[in-house]
Amino acid sequence: MVDEKRAGIFTLDFITPVVDDPFTFGQIAAANALSDVFAMGGRPLVALNIVGFPVNCEPLEVLTQILKGGQDRVNAAGALLAGGHSVEDGEPKYGLAVYGEVPVDRIWKVTGARPGDSLVLTKPLGTGLVITAFQAEMDEPGEMDAAVDSMCSLNDLPVKLPEELLKAVHACTDVTGFGLAGHLLDMLSDAGIGATLFPDQIPILPGALAKADLGLIPAGSYRNRELYSPRMEGLEKISSAMTDLLFDAQTSGGLLLGVASEVSGEFVEACRNAGFAFAGEIGSFTEGPARIRL
Amino acid sequence: MSDTITVDARGLSCPQPVVETKKVMNAQAGGTIVVLVDTVTSRENVSRLGRNQGWDVSTEDLPDGEFRVVLNKS
Repeated sequence: MVDEKRAGIFTLDFITPVVDDPFTFGQIAAANALSDVFAMGGRPLVALNIVGFPVNCEPLEVLTQILKGGQDRVNAAGALLAGGHSVEDGEPKYGLAVYGEVPVDRIWKVTGARPGDSLVLTKPLGTGLVITAFQAEMDEPGEMDAAVDSMCSLNDLPVKLPEELLKAVHACTDVTGFGLAGHLLDMLSDAGIGATLFPDQIPILPGALAKADLGLIPAGSYRNRELYSPRMEGLEKISSAMTDLLFDAQTSGGLLLGVASEVSGEFVEACRNAGFAFAGEIGSFTEGPARIRL
Repeated sequence: MSDTITVDARGLSCPQPVVETKKVMNAQAGGTIVVLVDTVTSRENVSRLGRNQGWDVSTEDLPDGEFRVVLNKS
């Protein structure tokens, strides 16, 4: 608590490169780190760089570009980049420690969704599949660009949506390494709440499903399936590629929100108007048990 | 067409086993391709690729956590 009206949020996140271009990597890593503040409904205020870099193997210009990419996203978030720290490392790593603040009367938590709430997702799924295809040089033109656009875009709903819509959010998390299934199950860890997914409504990056059929599935997604499928019902109703998508580990994925159903239509429209073109209502929360149904 | 080609993808990390298998598929339209891998992820991914490209797929566990994926197409 900063005072009776504001709570402080202090988070840290860093990742290894997912793309070749250093500026883009910086942007993605920064968007990913800033997301932790946004996912709590907050506004990032100050960030510090965290850098690991192989000084002897890579030209310093690469590091400069990574940091420029990070600066670009911190600026876009309206925060101040106040310095940071670097160490020599075998492979590049980059991220941010971020401080932000949120009004105490509307802190978003992972749990707190209520039966009847709408489940809203703000970015398309499939970054793990598309990145794997890119690494295999089996992606089609434009597919990686769409994934990069999505990963670079900020989850800055809390600074873009009107206050009355922000207050209609009962729970929120961001979709990252555990995939949609893992992060949604996390939202169900309060007793007595379950979720139903509408597979047809789930936004998907171009080409992602085709990549699953080609066996371009990252190892993390298999781990997610093993961990989370025992708590899901109805997977047999959807294609194997769609199943892979539910478990696909995301980098800088979207926000996953439980929103009061009375305003969910307005909420999704406001998200789209704020630049989250793929935002949609992909399911609903139900009375328990803590399982995902399809 | 009846040649058997073996792809030794042991020690390669994802997605390289799929890439190497796809290269062989691109070079020959049928026959038998045997792919050796050493992770469950690679076994599943190479199997997915095979089925998607119209090959019959069978897998076999080998000692030491390795797998043989046999792809057939007439």
